[in-house]
Amino acid sequence: MNKVILKLYVTGKTPKSESAITNLRYLCEKQLDGEYEIRIIDVLERPQLAENEKIIATPTLIRELPPPIRKIIGDLTDIEKVLLGLDLQRPIFGTIEEENKHD
Amino acid sequence: MTESVKAKNCKLERLETGLPGFDHISLGGLPKARTTLISGTAGSAKTIFACQFLVEGIKKFEQSGIFVTLEENPEDIKKNMRSFGWDIDEWEKRGKWRFVDASFQVDDSATILDNYDFGALLARIEHAVRKTGAKRVCIDSLSTVFGRFPHQEIVRNEIFRISSALKSMGVTTVITAERTNEYGEIARYGVEEFVTDNVIVLRNILEGEKRRRTIEILKLRGASHQKGEYPFTVSEDEGLIVIPISQIELKQRSSDIRISSGISELDNMCGGGFFRDSVILLSGATGTGKTLTVTQFIAHGAMSGERSLLLAFEESRDQLFRNASGWGIDFEDLERKGLLKVICDYPECRSLEDHLIVMKREIEEFQPKRMAVDSVSALERVATIKGFREFIIGISSYIKHQEIAGLFTATTPTLVGGTSATETHISTLTDSIILLRYVEILGEMRRGLMILKMRGSRHDKDIREFSIDHKGMGIGKPFRNVSGILTGNPMQLENAESDRLKGLFKEEVYRI
Repeated sequence: MNKVILKLYVTGKTPKSESAITNLRYLCEKQLDGEYEIRIIDVLERPQLAENEKIIATPTLIRELPPPIRKIIGDLTDIEKVLLGLDLQRPIFGTIEEENKHD
Repeated sequence: MTESVKAKNCKLERLETGLPGFDHISLGGLPKARTTLISGTAGSAKTIFACQFLVEGIKKFEQSGIFVTLEENPEDIKKNMRSFGWDIDEWEKRGKWRFVDASFQVDDSATILDNYDFGALLARIEHAVRKTGAKRVCIDSLSTVFGRFPHQEIVRNEIFRISSALKSMGVTTVITAERTNEYGEIARYGVEEFVTDNVIVLRNILEGEKRRRTIEILKLRGASHQKGEYPFTVSEDEGLIVIPISQIELKQRSSDIRISSGISELDNMCGGGFFRDSVILLSGATGTGKTLTVTQFIAHGAMSGERSLLLAFEESRDQLFRNASGWGIDFEDLERKGLLKVICDYPECRSLEDHLIVMKREIEEFQPKRMAVDSVSALERVATIKGFREFIIGISSYIKHQEIAGLFTATTPTLVGGTSATETHISTLTDSIILLRYVEILGEMRRGLMILKMRGSRHDKDIREFSIDHKGMGIGKPFRNVSGILTGNPMQLENAESDRLKGLFKEEVYRI
């Protein structure tokens, strides 16, 4: 299986950013068996990167590898749609909400 | 400090835009550090306005600008604006211009879920402003962003947030938005509700098969401005130019100096010639001798060493030059000496607003002392009634300002008697009106000339007969015993009747 590289653009440490980061980490752990790399970019600190990538909205998730590039905008709460958007769909064991309930 | 002084100090600061004519109608420019919405239908020159806002800032005030494009990509914008001679590449290199490219990308197939903001866009704009020290930002165009993001509420909030952020950074922002009707809601998606400070509407109205561009300042919060629609044009080398009718105030100095019309008897009839800074309307049916009068007027100026400008819209250069040589005038020679400039154009070659701009430019370059337009009625073909009136006001006040004597001709639609539409529009604006009329007497067509009005001077009240020969116009005796020439129904009067009429009004009565 090819390595997956994911980039997540967020703005500062807002609840929206935190929620996107948490959701992404959870999803990768559950679905990608460790063959992935997550890069988190704060546009307030690295505006030039956002400029180069022509990012408008945050949070924006980009699947850089494997090609083709995929983009998802939003705080990634809806895990099924995220997987669909990333084209990485695998059997789903449970959503974040359900998982959280067990905590 | 008293309250009123404080209030005065808090008065809204303006940013002079540098757009030709715009600062005049906005009474000083756009409110500084505020956002202004530019709304218009497709093709109403919104993007040009937005670009030029930055261009003039760089060219006239050394202020850098940020162009946030949500629609076209920067390369296209650069290419389009090159036609105005604006070299954006060069300004980019000098750090005076910076694009924030948020245009739609072909490979942009993002899945849009919910709960997002435009934090990245804002961060990029702020970054660009900080890097360049920009004073001006334009965002073009809002409406497309609504099409790309399904959550209208989020888009609205985010645009508002960007606009407020720009305000607090102290930059003056222009945002364009699309509207669907020339006279309807201000912009699509109710944009004006959240970018509310200032609204400017650009229109491109189809009226009688002709396009007319106008600009209207709908509101400038906390600041006064001129009301109503002002015509503007998009010229090839200057971009958008607002034609401020109201700039034209009746403030011209008036001159007592007389100049010769080139026809000595006509000078006598006018009480010694035309005034140096007057506008004269010459009205007549086709073939009455308008072009001849113009030729003599222009030739006399040029031959006595005054630069003279002739703008012809009815005849070609060759025709004009041949006619002139028929009357013993060598236009070619005068042009070689740099005393004469003849410009022949079809009225249809550009819009009336553009004609006005071109005329002004020619006048500025050539600096004539007298000029003639033959004929203004031909120009009427390319304009709406309103546009034509504005044109006449524009050109006549301009040449008066420059202290140029202007002779305009107007063609009447009927052979005998009659007035033309042109005259109704411009008769009150001109200082003098000369009528050339056909007079049919006893089965013979003769020509009559009269001075209908001459501001500030005594003038001949007779209707004089004139003839045209190889030397030009020869003015003869007044028509006696004929009445009804002006109405187009000349009637020969009996001697007894005319004697009786003479007795009714003593000479002294009307010699003021």
